Amino acid sequence: MFHKFSKHLFLFEELVKRDFKQKYKGTVIGMAWSVLSPLLNLLVLRLVFTQFFGRGMDHYTTYLFAGTVFFSFFKEATKGGMNALTSNASIFTKINVPKYLFLLSKNVSAVINFGLTLIVFFLFAALDGVTFTWKFIMLLYPILYLIVFNVGVGLILSAMYIFFRDTKYLYDVFTLLLHYCSAIFYRVESYPESIQRIFLINPVYLSIKYVRVVTLDGNIPSFQYHMLMLAWAVLMVGIGALIYKKCNHKFLYYV
Amino acid sequence: MKIIDAKGVSIRYITGDFKNIGLKEYILRRLQGKYTVNEFWADRDVTFSLEKGDMMGIIGTNGAGKSTLLKAISGIMIPTEGKVRTRGTIAALLELTSGFDGDLTVRENTYLRGALLGYTRKFMDDMYDKIIEFAELQDFQDRPFKQLSSGMKSRLAFSIACLVNPDIIILDEVLSVGDGAFRKKSYDKMQEILRSGVTGILVSHSVGQVRDMCNKILWLDHGKQVAFGSDVTTLCDAYEQFMATKILPESEEEILAAAEAWREAKAAAAAAKKAEEEAAAAAVLEAAKDALVAEAAAKEAAAAAEQKAE
Repeated sequence: MFHKFSKHLFLFEELVKRDFKQKYKGTVIGMAWSVLSPLLNLLVLRLVFTQFFGRGMDHYTTYLFAGTVFFSFFKEATKGGMNALTSNASIFTKINVPKYLFLLSKNVSAVINFGLTLIVFFLFAALDGVTFTWKFIMLLYPILYLIVFNVGVGLILSAMYIFFRDTKYLYDVFTLLLHYCSAIFYRVESYPESIQRIFLINPVYLSIKYVRVVTLDGNIPSFQYHMLMLAWAVLMVGIGALIYKKCNHKFLYYV
Repeated sequence: MKIIDAKGVSIRYITGDFKNIGLKEYILRRLQGKYTVNEFWADRDVTFSLEKGDMMGIIGTNGAGKSTLLKAISGIMIPTEGKVRTRGTIAALLELTSGFDGDLTVRENTYLRGALLGYTRKFMDDMYDKIIEFAELQDFQDRPFKQLSSGMKSRLAFSIACLVNPDIIILDEVLSVGDGAFRKKSYDKMQEILRSGVTGILVSHSVGQVRDMCNKILWLDHGKQVAFGSDVTTLCDAYEQFMATKILPESEEEILAAAEAWREAKAAAAAAKKAEEEAAAAAVLEAAKDALVAEAAAKEAAAAAEQKAE
């Protein structure tokens, strides 16, 4: 697998370059915009919701920001990944190339964006008076988790989008619902214990909660919590890889 | 040593409105038991094998399953039934200009295409100038690809694809690229590659080109294999007879008969043409004679008139 990938490294680099140029059309403002738009989103939420949900709570800005940054990365990466196969159909129906590279390359620009917004996130956290400890190293875990999880979801979605063209609309509805279920601007603690546990089914919320536990509470989640996240990531990538393997030669009948 | 070995290759497409119904409708139809797909065999039981240095021409009308077969050989598709075994690297030149990105520059597209074809970065660094020079696009390197004319696009695609030395080369209607001068150049380049001992497959609508370049012929019709063999002249003759009469030969004897008929028809046509030419020449001669006679008569008349006037 790794040997195969290193052989395709040149192709991967060229695809990343292309996707990057396509996305930003070579403009600086294009790239700035992708950082600005979550910032604006945050600003509005901050202004509107502080009085409702942030009352009697320290560091509401950091709380809110952790939610928006991680959720918008999930949304951007998976939505972009969905197009990975359809937008490259003219290539893989003529040239025999490993198709997962299209998906990985689409994810790269989302990850870079995510990296930029993360810098802004830490800046705001510092301004918000959050104390930085060595435990912040552990934030790598939810970051890596979400990157891998998004790749898995992207694999599944891009394949589904080839077979069913209404996937896009259904997924839009789904992400909106998931957005409301991810406790981005409200607090889970106001629900009873049993309902709080239901939130843990939400794989995106897992990463958001992790970040909040580390930055706001100064703790590290339990071992089981880590395993739950690992299970989600492995499950999604596993299903996605299986679909790609099984349908590798079927995709071109549908484009 | 067999370089390409295809045994009983059949490829099935599924058709129908399944492409556009979407997930909701799909589930609904599945529940109602109304979901159906239609099958369509693009290729049915095609068998052939090529040795090193062979050049096979695939002939057949539109929809014969030629391009689908090429996709199976190049590994883009896998046969529904049967097997294709290939040995060595494959360069498949199918529908050259698709897959480029209009917004990227010519240089970026060249590298991207090279990467897609499995070249290494070092190879591309070494070959880049050669590619651009061969495609005659030196002045366009940093222009967006969409600004090129379609001829320029195909020239670039051809140049990138041809600068490797593959073991197997697959050509789908690519020898008719660009203007006259470039066509000559690409034809020469192709000949050079073919002389290097590559095994090739050529799909072309020009039977003349197939006769020129190939030593094996595979004839397909509506997915079925009509014939495979090394008697290029007979098969091409029979195919041209089929093109003229639209009667598909069903057996070897019929193929031979069709080829014979084509040759006879050609001979007859040649004879008719010759006769026609002779007739035309005779007519010209006759006309010239007539003209001479008329001229003499006119002269005589003029002389008589002159005499009279005197």
